Amino acid sequence: MTPTVVLPVVIGALYAAGVYLLLDRSLTRVLLGFLVLGNATNLLLLSSGGPAGLAPIVGYAEPAEMSDPLPQALILTAIVITFGIASFVLAIIYRSWRLVRQEVVGVDEEDRRVARRSGSDADEIDPDDLAPEDRSAAHADTGVGDEDVVARLERDYAGIPSDDVDLPPTRRRRR
Amino acid sequence: MLAVLVLHVLAAVLAPVLVRWWGRTAFLVLALVPATGFGWVLTRLPVVTGGGAVTETVPWVPALDLAIALRLDALALLFALLVTGVGALVLVYCSRYFEPDDDGAARFAGNLTAFAGSMLGLVLADDLLLLYVFWELTTVFSFLLIGGTGTKLAARRAASQALILTTAGGLAMLVGLIMIGETSGSYLLSEVVAAPGSGPFLVAGTMLVLAGAVTKSAMIPFHFWLPAAMEAPTPVSAYLHAAAMVKAGIYLVARFAPGFAEVPGWRPVVLGLGLATMLVGGYRALRQNDLKLLLAFGTVSQLGFLMVLVGAGTRELAAAGLAMTLAHALFKSTLFLTVGVIDHATGVRDLRLLSGLGRRLPVLAVIGGLAGASMAGLPPLLGFVGKEAAFTALWEGGLPDRTAAVLVLTGLVVGSALTAGYTARFLWGAFARKGGLPSTAPAELVHPPGRLFLAAPAVLALTGLVAGPASSLLEPLVAGYADRMPLLAPEAEKLALWHGIQPALGLSALTLLGGAALFAARRRVFRLQRRLAVGASADEGYWNTMQALDRLAVLVTGTTQRGSLPAYLGTILVVVLALPGSVLLFLAPWPGEWRAWDTPIQALVGAVVVIAALLALRIHQRLSAVLVVGVSGYGIAVLFALQGAPDLALTQFLVETLTLVVFVLVLRKLPKDITERHRPRERAVRGVIAVAVGLVMAAAGAVALGARTAEPVSLAYPDAAYDLGGGQNVVNVTLVDIRAWDTLGEISLLVVAATGIASLVFLRRRTGTVDRLDPVRLARQEKRSRRAPRRQWLAASAALAPERRSVVLEVVTRVLFHSIVVFSLFLLFSGHNQPGGGFAGGLVAGFALVLRYLAGGRYELGEAAPVDPGLLLGMGLLLAGGTGVTGLLLGAEVLETAILETALPVLGDVKLVTSLFFDVGVYLIVVGLVLDILRSLGAELDRQADEHDPIETTPGEVIAR
Repeated sequence: MTPTVVLPVVIGALYAAGVYLLLDRSLTRVLLGFLVLGNATNLLLLSSGGPAGLAPIVGYAEPAEMSDPLPQALILTAIVITFGIASFVLAIIYRSWRLVRQEVVGVDEEDRRVARRSGSDADEIDPDDLAPEDRSAAHADTGVGDEDVVARLERDYAGIPSDDVDLPPTRRRRR
Repeated sequence: MLAVLVLHVLAAVLAPVLVRWWGRTAFLVLALVPATGFGWVLTRLPVVTGGGAVTETVPWVPALDLAIALRLDALALLFALLVTGVGALVLVYCSRYFEPDDDGAARFAGNLTAFAGSMLGLVLADDLLLLYVFWELTTVFSFLLIGGTGTKLAARRAASQALILTTAGGLAMLVGLIMIGETSGSYLLSEVVAAPGSGPFLVAGTMLVLAGAVTKSAMIPFHFWLPAAMEAPTPVSAYLHAAAMVKAGIYLVARFAPGFAEVPGWRPVVLGLGLATMLVGGYRALRQNDLKLLLAFGTVSQLGFLMVLVGAGTRELAAAGLAMTLAHALFKSTLFLTVGVIDHATGVRDLRLLSGLGRRLPVLAVIGGLAGASMAGLPPLLGFVGKEAAFTALWEGGLPDRTAAVLVLTGLVVGSALTAGYTARFLWGAFARKGGLPSTAPAELVHPPGRLFLAAPAVLALTGLVAGPASSLLEPLVAGYADRMPLLAPEAEKLALWHGIQPALGLSALTLLGGAALFAARRRVFRLQRRLAVGASADEGYWNTMQALDRLAVLVTGTTQRGSLPAYLGTILVVVLALPGSVLLFLAPWPGEWRAWDTPIQALVGAVVVIAALLALRIHQRLSAVLVVGVSGYGIAVLFALQGAPDLALTQFLVETLTLVVFVLVLRKLPKDITERHRPRERAVRGVIAVAVGLVMAAAGAVALGARTAEPVSLAYPDAAYDLGGGQNVVNVTLVDIRAWDTLGEISLLVVAATGIASLVFLRRRTGTVDRLDPVRLARQEKRSRRAPRRQWLAASAALAPERRSVVLEVVTRVLFHSIVVFSLFLLFSGHNQPGGGFAGGLVAGFALVLRYLAGGRYELGEAAPVDPGLLLGMGLLLAGGTGVTGLLLGAEVLETAILETALPVLGDVKLVTSLFFDVGVYLIVVGLVLDILRSLGAELDRQADEHDPIETTPGEVIAR
């Protein structure tokens, strides 16, 4: 099929505008970008149906003259869904504004926390670093026996009074 | 066979309920399930010993050639007897092991029963992939059983360790099974073992399968998960970690050995690992003070022993292996159950704190003694028979290579001596009176065991005792499996208690003497072991690996997840540019010819669309930016119309307008301008990415169109639409009939979006109560505002403040409202044949509501639509989905349209297409969506402003940013 010049140009320009808006930190602009991208995609789908034709209504046009109905059906629902999602994002914008007087996509603190994290969960750390009562029973005889615990504590925590054997309960290696 | 498995599934599902109803007694009922399986397997005994096999095949996923193929032959029968028999006894034991008011018992019962079913399925499966499914099921239930309620850190760690190790092995095994299946050309276990094929692919597959067996059966260097798993309750240890699950690896090796023992690498791996495991396990068991841990390391040791026997691939060792497997399951589960009784009775498992228990619990001591004697290999117990058979086999043959046979025999004798040594230590530790302790320690028994509690270990121990002298009865069963392997010894020796004076008897005596010596010199041995202890262990290695993985994960996450949405989106877009973009640039077939446009008007409208969209980039005023994007959207609608898509144009116009309304509803709460937060450099990068993406998408569209050569699928749509769908509007018929599944998904999405909007605004409930007019308040308000017009055009506009009322708007709304609603219904009903349909109709009806709200405020909205939007959404979805189900009930496909045509007296010819109801559902959902938006973003925001609603936080609640 032969493509037109006009539709790809319009599609490309809309995509460019949409992407530029989408990469903004302001949620309003992100939403506008989303709408523009939606329009661009709908147009792209429509253009894939081939050249313009008559409305696909039996009786009004012969099947040969009709424009392709399949992309139209897909686009129709896409339009309404874009509306639903846009309203949802608007509700988010409103919520964000109401809570913190901002409508920006901030830095995700959770991601930053993960990046800063260096230790492991208790479920994964070395058994030697666990409190004795949390160690598996099988660990008792690996390496050193339980009789040596007091001696080891004295060695590892020299200077701490010996009756403070519970201090500190979990020891992590310095990294 | 399948019925027995299904029975297990049902019992597992019902188990929690039963335990909640009947308490721990329910375990007795549950025990009937494996007992039934046991009985059933016994009835099949004559068939199987006669050389036959019971098979059953039910198709499962025919496309993958996957069937539930079950097969009961001699090997499967022996293991099935173990799994069901020990399972039933352990369940009986559970009925007294748990306290009457134990919270975890219900959950435990379900898991244990489900495990029993999975394990039975594992030994019955004849399909490689089915075997794998059951294999992983046992892993999962083992995880749940070890982890228990998940409140203990040690149990959690042990559970995840077992899960990770056995699943890793299981995945390797899956790959190996597929490799083997592909090489041999069949996925039926029986056929694969009969004709495995050959080649490097088969060798690699075999090694991978062995990896699964080795991890599951706790061979070195993966043995450490088994002692750690002793965190689980004792019945679990007795069943999973002695009799059943750890035997899965043994079963797998035994199953494959007849066909695969000659595969290069099989014997070195199986014999080497088995022997090393036997020695290391025995050595470690000798220095344990915890009775349960002693048994756990003993199990590791014995599993190594069994692995050597069943993996050798010769007739005589295989027969010894089966006898020993049976013996081990009997004595080891007995011993675990004995420890459970001791633990229950005294609260102590440390053998240094127990003394004189044998006198106080004589029955238990006899049970434990019998099982211990079997473990050490004393006549006349079954353990002795199995060990004798193994020694005899290796003395005269057993392995093709004589040196290897001697080496293995030496290893087995040393290992058996260790076994005898730790058995003596166990029995002494559990029951004997010890110097340095009072004659009875601990002084008081917390729970003296009752009869039912002792029944299960007693039955198991007695079976081991009886099976020794009666071991010749086992011969047909064992031979049924072992005869498929070559015999290397001069003659096949039958299983029996007494073979006369022969070398093996001497070896047995030697092991017992060695064990006695180890026990007698226990203090010296203990000190020596302590001196030889090294800091490193496989367990440490495991945790270090896990930590390294964890750190790597954090490192990767931390480097890639910087927390900035624009950065993420930018990355995605750059990948789009790099991959599809470069393909487009270098490989795409560019269209040979171009047309300028479909019509010149298209270019004109296109220019407007583009200019409006580009304007939006630079406009800082919020409302103006929204308006220019709106203009661009209206332009798109015109483009749709020009392309020959009236439905799209209509919908786009309506949606664009509604979007503007919703924007305005929210923007009234936001500041006028958008703050610019980007540095010029960031804007430049964005610009580059944006232009590049634009170019790629434009080119992609053109190339895709130019490359199209196939006929569109939609060529047949017009005829199908009219003949089958009964409508002239092809697009609408496509939506509600030809592609109705898609539409069903899409309207569900709308329901979700609407619910999301409402919950973001209302927060604590689905929607607020409908704001209806309150006559008392209204009267008061009217008194206050005397200048307000008496004449009312709308139901509730009087509730608005006078300065906010507009008479013109009220009049227009009054005149238009009903007409718009009627028009929306017209669009809905005519949509099947003319432009319109549920989506457009619903949007128009939404408009009517918007008009009422804008003219009369939130009370007016309540008067116009006094329903909960959730109700509309739900009814719509029900109607749309119900249409599909009705089609199904009428015997047609889901969502298939039926056309009913009849002549009615007044109306004339009436044609009813059932997909109309689907469209009505769509209509309701769209109306519900609009109503939800108005109710949340319109009316509720008004209410919050009117009532100066503070942010709804309770004291102490912190809003994280």
